[in-house]
Parts: sequence; structure tokens; C-alpha cells
Amino acid sequence: MEEQMKDTAFDKSVIVKTYIKYAIIIGVLFAIYGIALLLIQRGILDSYTLRVVKTAGIFMIAAFGLNLILGYTGQLTMGHAAFMSIGAYGSAIMTQKFNMPYGVSLLVGILAAAILAALIGYPILRLKGDYLAICTLGFGEIVKVVIQNIDYVGGARGMTSIPVKTSLMTIFFCVALCFAIIKNLIHSSKGRAIMSVREDDIAAEAMGINPTKYKMISFVLGSAMAGLAGGLYAHFNTFIDPVTFNYAKSFDFITYVVLGGMGSVSGTVVGTAILVFLPESLRGLSEVFKENRMLIYAIMLVALMIFRPNGILGTKEITVKGIANWCKRIYAKITHKGDKTAKAGE
Amino acid sequence: MEQLLNVKNLTIKFGGLTAVNTVNMQIGDNNLVGLIGPNGAGKTTVFNMLTGVYKPTSGKIDFNGERIDGIKPYDITSKRIARTFQNIRLFKDLTVLQNVMVSFDFQAKTTLLGSIFHSPHQMKEEAKMKEEAMEYLKIMKLDDKADELAKNLPYGEQRRLEIARALAAKPKLLLLDEPAAGMNPQETAELTEMIRWIKEEFKISVLLIEHDMKLVMNVCEYIYVLSFGEIIASGVPEEIQKNPKVIEAYLGKGA
Ligand SMILES: Nc1ncnc2c1ncn2[C@@H]1O[C@H](COP(=O)(O)OP(=O)(O)OP(=O)(O)O)[C@@H](O)[C@H]1O
Ligand SMILES: [Mg+2]
Repeated sequence: MEEQMKDTAFDKSVIVKTYIKYAIIIGVLFAIYGIALLLIQRGILDSYTLRVVKTAGIFMIAAFGLNLILGYTGQLTMGHAAFMSIGAYGSAIMTQKFNMPYGVSLLVGILAAAILAALIGYPILRLKGDYLAICTLGFGEIVKVVIQNIDYVGGARGMTSIPVKTSLMTIFFCVALCFAIIKNLIHSSKGRAIMSVREDDIAAEAMGINPTKYKMISFVLGSAMAGLAGGLYAHFNTFIDPVTFNYAKSFDFITYVVLGGMGSVSGTVVGTAILVFLPESLRGLSEVFKENRMLIYAIMLVALMIFRPNGILGTKEITVKGIANWCKRIYAKITHKGDKTAKAGE
Repeated sequence: MEQLLNVKNLTIKFGGLTAVNTVNMQIGDNNLVGLIGPNGAGKTTVFNMLTGVYKPTSGKIDFNGERIDGIKPYDITSKRIARTFQNIRLFKDLTVLQNVMVSFDFQAKTTLLGSIFHSPHQMKEEAKMKEEAMEYLKIMKLDDKADELAKNLPYGEQRRLEIARALAAKPKLLLLDEPAAGMNPQETAELTEMIRWIKEEFKISVLLIEHDMKLVMNVCEYIYVLSFGEIIASGVPEEIQKNPKVIEAYLGKGA
């Protein structure tokens, strides 16, 4: 009786509204893509900049995955790049050695990374904090050394002349998809369960949550995203070697996520974009800057962490509503300066 | 009559220390039972064994006709025992509403794929969960704080949120570990009424650890007294108040 009452109370229009929202978002995404194409056609976006944009997009996908594991689930893993490597090699083998279609090769890369994550996740996700960090760091190095010793994929020399298949469209689509997956997951019951494990695993267990299960879900899903990023990268760069995906790359991803704000998907977009573009833009400066490019980069990072220790966005998200409210506030400030009603609306 | 909870010879040892020693305890349906005793008596440790946080060294716990000692905490919760924590353990960076909604996950039907793609079924379930969570918040008088982060609540409200979160797991037995700790007399009086009301409204049993004797004597129908890990007395509040062993345990010999 009570159940039924609640059923009818649920407004069907919520579902319709959600789908309309999705349609609008997809429309906006196509518009952005159209603008990008136009910029390329007009030559405003040169091929070098385009390369940087693509790189940022690919790394963003891997960083999304890491944010799920690190930011939302609170598991410090330092071997994220290893899963990217598995995805890269897995998909490159498919296209280069087996002449498989590009889509299939990407799927193989994703699956390979996910399966490996499931296999090693089961024993190591029981570890906490530093132990998990060290274990995943070691795992990343093992993957590197193992690949270095497989002649079939070129060993330490890596794989060359992988066909170019990754278009801007593919990257754009994958970024949007992964963004949506994480955003939706977090705003669901499973997402709350994942975050409760991060907050307090003992309390989570007392509320009926199996922490290991949710750590596994996030680890496998996050690693699968790294696998996808790997596949995209291989068919974009045409060359991969084991060292590309060593611990330094894993740390890069951690930096992107922490800088943007752990537990904010839009934060990861901002963090990755800044950190991929920053070193590139510093290249164009005078000689002094050029030589000390990485030094400036490091100083900027330290400064950011001092002034915004929770990352640029913290756990906040950039939303259409937020931007609209912000514009309204600015508008109110400009039109009636010092007006009390505008302040009350804040 | 079959008891809801039946604890038999429950014992746990931490190295050389026997923290809880051959404890026997029964709780019937829709009962409000107190567990009292001096600091370090082993009360929280009993809770930890009832909820699967610790595995007893020996003894047996039957709940609702099933043996539950040694099984995982989340499995025990799904058999409908829920608890609060003495040293508040909220999901600090989640909102008040989210804190309560976490308790619905083990009762939810939506699959992982449904969650990722926000299927119509998921949206429906989500809306229902939200509505229900708000009802629990209303009971604990927290509905106007639904969107605040749990860590920003004042102490007394955090304790009430813990109860709301435990209630959302729809327990048959609710374990409250010092729910009034740190509350002022007025808040404690309010809480006393809430606990009584919850027991009547949801027809559940409550096991209550509390140092505030006024609260305990006021609401409990039956009381167990624990001292140095052993039950030294049990009975209705009037008996306990007069029991010389209890007075001695609290005030020391010769008092
Ligand atoms: N994990 C553990 N390892 C070792 N000793 C423990 C552990 N947990 C509890 N103890 C010991 O068991 C005894 C009982 O502790 P417990 O926390 O159950 O007391 P309590 O009755 O809840 O006291 P309080 O009223 O202060 O909360 C204490 O001596 C404590 O030090
Ligand atoms: Mg205690």
C-alpha cells in the first residue's frame, strides 16, 4: 500500500526532462565539435596545436579513470599508466598484427586492461594507503619490464608504424562518454556507495556496503578507461614503447587529478588541460623561459598547491546552472552596485 | 518464545586481555534494552561482535533464528541489524541526505549498468530513495539540513544523523552506542523521546549503551550491566538501581 503510493508520487516527467537534458548536451557537444572543425579549416588551429589538443584529450580519459579510483574511491594507485600501456599494446597488436578493425582493437585494449585490473585488484585492494601505493608502483614497473622482454612487440625498442586511426572526433566522443559515465555513476546509489568507502570503510560496512566489491568496480572501470586511452594513444602517436608508460606517466596522471580537484570530473578536465598546455605554451617564450621550462612548471604547481590545496575545483563541479548563476551575480553586480537585494540572492 | 537476539557465552580475547567474558544476553521483539557499565567494561566490544567488526573468540550469536557470529558486517546489516558509533563515523564529505541514502544501496535493485546509464528504472528508484531518506531525516529533525555536508553539522545533530542513517537500513535491531554523549540536557531529553518513539513506530528492538543514567532508567525496559567484560547484573531499572554489585562497580568498593 505504502509502496504503491510512493510509486504514483514519482513524476514521470523527471525521466522526460533527463532525456531532454541529454539531447541538449549532445547538441552542444556537436556544436563545439563543429566550431573546432571550422577553426581547423580556417587554419586558426594549426596542426601543432591540434596535436596538443588531441594529446590532452587522450590523457584526460586516463585521468578520468584515475579520478574514479583516487578521487572518488580514495585508493592511491601509482601504476595507472601500466593499464594505459596494456591498452596501447593490446590494441596496437590487433590492428598491426591481425588486421582487425580499429573499433575492435580499442575494445580489446579496454578488455585487456580491465581483466588485468580485476586479476591484480582482488589481492591488492585489501591493502591500505602507502602499501597499496607501493604495490601498484611495483606492478607498473613489472608491466614495463615484462613488455621490454617480449620480442613479439619489439621489446625495449617498442612498436613502430602503428596505423593512424585516432581522429579528433573519436577522442572527442570518448572524452564525452567517459565524462558522462563517471558523472552518472557518481550520482547514483552505486556512486554513493563508492564514496562512502572513501569516507569511512568501517561505517560503510556497517551500512551494508561491501567495500572490496566497490573498490573493485571502481578499479576495474578506472583501469578500463586507461586502457581506452592507451588504444587511442597508440593509433595517434603511431609509436609506443614501454618507457612511455612508466611511473613518471602515472605520476603525471596523479598530478592532473590532484591539481584539478580529487572528486571533481570537470576538475580533471581543467587540471589535464592546464598541465598539458602549460609546458607547451611555455615553449613559445623567450630563451630564458625555454631553458627553465620544467622549472617554471614545477614552481607553478607548488604555488597552486599552496593556494588551493584541494585542487583548482576541490570537489565542486562546473555546471551549466553554476555558470548561469555566476553570470547572474556578475550582471547584478554591474547593474546595481551595492544593492542589498543582489547580495541576499547569493 | 523465540528471542530476536540470543547471545550465548560470548567471549573475545585481545592477546592476553579478555575484553568480554562469557556474556549471555537475550533481547525480545520490540524491546528497549540498556547495556551499561563503567569505562572500558567492554560494551562497545560487544557491539563490535554483534555487528561483525570483531570475530568472537568463542560463543554464539543467534539473530532472528540464524547464527550470525563471524560473518561479515555488511551481511549482518542485510539481516537487519544496524548501529551507530561511539566516536561518530559519518561520511563527512557527503551531504546529510547522501549519508542516509548510502544505507539504501544494499536494498536497491538497480544494476551497475543501470546506474551508469541512468535507466528509467534507476531514476525511479533514485527518486523513491530520496523521498524515503527525507522521511528519516524528518524523524530526526534534520530535514532542513539535507543538503549540508555532514561535517558541518553541530555535534548533537551529527549524532542524530547517525541514527537516521542506521534507521534507513531498516533494522529489526538497532544498536545505539552512547547516542547522548556530548549533548546538553535539553537535547538529551529530546533524544530520549525520539528513541522511545522510534521503537514504537517501527516496532523494532533497541539495544542502548549510555552513561547518562537518567536516560537509561527512563527508557529502558531491561538492563544488562557489564563490568570488566562480565555481566554482573541484569533486570528491570528499579532492580538495577538498588543492586549493591552495580553500585560497587560504579563507585568502587566501600562506597
Ligand atoms: N581492538 C582492540 N585491541 C585490544 N584491546 C581492545 C580492542 N578493542 C577494545 N579493547 C579493550 O577492550 C576493553 C573494553 O573496551 P570497550 O571499548 O569495549 O569499552 P567500553 O565499555 O565501550 O568503554 P567506554 O564506556 O569507555 O566506551 C578495553 O580495555 C579496551 O582497551
Ligand atoms: Mg564504548
